[in-house]
Amino acid sequence: MPIQVLMPALSPTMEKGNLAKWLKKEGEPIKSGDVIAEIETDKATMEVEATDEGTLGQILIPEGTADVAVNTPIATILADGESAADLAKATSPAKQEKAAESAPPAQARTEAPAPKAEEKAPAAPTSVSEPEPEVPAGTEMITQTIREALRDAMAEEMRRDPDVFLMGEEVAEYQGAYKVSQGLLQEFGARRVIDTPITEHGFAGIGIGAAMAGLKPIVEFMTFNFAMQAMDQLINSAAKTLYMSGGQMGCSIVFRGPNGAAARVAAQHSQDYSSWYSHIPGLKVVAPFSAADYKGLLKSAIRDPNPVIFLENEVLYGHSGEVPKLDDYIVPIGKARIARKGQHVTIISWSNGMTYSLKAADELAKEGIEAEVVDLRTLRPMDTETIVESVKKTGRAVTVEEGWQQSGVGAEIAARIMEHAFDYLDAPVARVSGKDVPMPYAANLEKMALPSVAEVVQAAKAVCYR
Amino acid sequence: MAAPKKSVTKDSGQEKGNGSGSPLEFTKEQELRALRDMLLIRRFEEKAGQLYGMGAIGGFCHLYIGQEAVVVGMQMTLKKGDQVITGYRDHGHMLACGMDPRGVMAELTGRRGGYSKGKGGSMHMFSVAEHFYGGHGIVGAQVSLGTGLAFANRYRENDFVSLAYFGDGAANQGQVYESFNMAELWKLPVVYIIENNRYAMGTSVARSSAQTDFSKRGASFNIPGRQVDGMDVRAVKAAGDEAVAWCRAGKGPYILEMQTYRYRGHSMSDPAKYRTREEVEKVRHDHDPIEQVRNRLLAADVSEQDLKSIDAKVRDIVNGAADFAQHDPEPDPSELYTDVYR
Repeated sequence: MPIQVLMPALSPTMEKGNLAKWLKKEGEPIKSGDVIAEIETDKATMEVEATDEGTLGQILIPEGTADVAVNTPIATILADGESAADLAKATSPAKQEKAAESAPPAQARTEAPAPKAEEKAPAAPTSVSEPEPEVPAGTEMITQTIREALRDAMAEEMRRDPDVFLMGEEVAEYQGAYKVSQGLLQEFGARRVIDTPITEHGFAGIGIGAAMAGLKPIVEFMTFNFAMQAMDQLINSAAKTLYMSGGQMGCSIVFRGPNGAAARVAAQHSQDYSSWYSHIPGLKVVAPFSAADYKGLLKSAIRDPNPVIFLENEVLYGHSGEVPKLDDYIVPIGKARIARKGQHVTIISWSNGMTYSLKAADELAKEGIEAEVVDLRTLRPMDTETIVESVKKTGRAVTVEEGWQQSGVGAEIAARIMEHAFDYLDAPVARVSGKDVPMPYAANLEKMALPSVAEVVQAAKAVCYR
Repeated sequence: MAAPKKSVTKDSGQEKGNGSGSPLEFTKEQELRALRDMLLIRRFEEKAGQLYGMGAIGGFCHLYIGQEAVVVGMQMTLKKGDQVITGYRDHGHMLACGMDPRGVMAELTGRRGGYSKGKGGSMHMFSVAEHFYGGHGIVGAQVSLGTGLAFANRYRENDFVSLAYFGDGAANQGQVYESFNMAELWKLPVVYIIENNRYAMGTSVARSSAQTDFSKRGASFNIPGRQVDGMDVRAVKAAGDEAVAWCRAGKGPYILEMQTYRYRGHSMSDPAKYRTREEVEKVRHDHDPIEQVRNRLLAADVSEQDLKSIDAKVRDIVNGAADFAQHDPEPDPSELYTDVYR
């Protein structure tokens, strides 16, 4: 039975990549461990090693093909005694699990799990965001990934203000653990793009000290899971000093990095800190969803005179969106955005929760329920007005978050709706959230632990009594 | 007091400094300045202790009495623009930096004329004008922050130096060593001043520290360190001059272990049962930093009358500060919501 070679994933969240080059020809003998092809994404390049012996039977995806989905069969390997005639049988999906045997990515960080088989991160929603109201009519839009939007935001602000610098693990020579800081070292040099040792507590404190002295640091956490090591400095030093000094001394600093669930990295590497940070007076907390917002809000965060927690999402890094082609595109902190208009129910979310929310809105529309989807974008200060105005119109609300329910952001939103729009409510506010468990590793359990489109649809119908 | 080691400790064994190890002689003017500055701290702290007892100061109040020579000697090594940061036992540092005793005392009493408008209290005061960066209540946090101040100096390519003070207790915190590593790696101009007053709250150094020679705490990062008689302001100044020059020259961080002693409890609510009265009395009698200067001045033909007049002037300043701090109004209620963001 010929063996299928599948398109491997370089990282837990990769969905597609380019097949850059074939290093073996059809009919060539292959030993286990031979490099047979090169795969690339916007983040890295890796080699595909054969895991089986035999002959390269057929190349199914020619080199130079872009955007090959993970797990697509890219070639077949014929075992001894098999011939091209056996190839037809290989189209059966029976051997799908072989994908897991694709070579591990040479460049991946140690945390990166083996390439996934079936598990897929939610795809980008089909709904197209409305252009920002702050964008002048007729503005040219460019399509770029969220990863690129973040990089451009930092580069623009570093060009604009010599006090802005970036520090963190692997931000310089490695070009970013998630390739967000690609090219910044080359443009700004080692003085302003600084690799740190793996000492979150220490470098967070150093960044805050530098900010107290008037610099404007961007501190990248490889993920916010590791920022728990630095939590004392973020809360006790960054958030409180302005108040404790009677307004004399504060710090203008951005802490940014991926937050929330990635994919198949289990409990210690998959946690949503939205509610943790949004609890703290003195911090601003931003968690965007669209590429344009990632860019405009990061620029605002860097300029903000206060400490800003900028929660990114690894799953979204590779997603593309339209970004206004303006010299200085700024999105104000503290303003929510109506991502989709509707009159029957309000769905409130942010960051990757928007993925489920917008898809659910599509589903609901098929059943005649028009959902209004509010993308909070900023969690603190929270744009209560936009939420309340929408709920006054729809009379129903569903919150969607990846974090846990207890003391969560959804609980806060529900309380604000109760306080400000109680008389307008036609049903109790419903919450869709991550389940009340540490994130499991197994693909099926992980999927269950996260919110889903079906759960959002179900909650929206429930509050509509449908 | 244990006799301080007089040589420099470095993993290479290489000796730095003036070699003789004896404290530099002060001029009469330097002695007078040191006396006046140390007396100000002593009298201020005594007054703060009284006001605490009267209920005018609340919360925690950690007095600096006994340790005055450390900040006064170190301050004599600085130039305008050098930064100072410390932990919660911070009143002495603020006064040494030239902050107004009225503003400091009014912060202790939680009044609007305090350095933080009454919102920070004893442990959280700052003065951007005097380059004093706090005043931090979390043990060890100021070490990373002070390293960050030095980072800013390096980034701006100026020759200012940051002094990061912490105690023998804080010296066991993890972030201290994270900071040591980065400071040496990036050659940051920071002097780490470990004020070893022998007790981390109620736990003696011997009971909490595997390596009780704190000047060696930077050895694995190749940071030079030195033990100093922190009760002798001249020894502090001499060691401080060397450390500050080292940092200013771009050679990286430097560690000074100041062997000192606090006469009072850890805070006002600490009865200090973990040490004997005799131990405290012996240090006061044999090593008091202020008496040392006073005796030298008397031996140098300064009259008792002159010294009394210095003392009287200091008492006036402190009484004026205490008076202000008790009569200044409390913060306006509207201040509750200000200064959260800017």
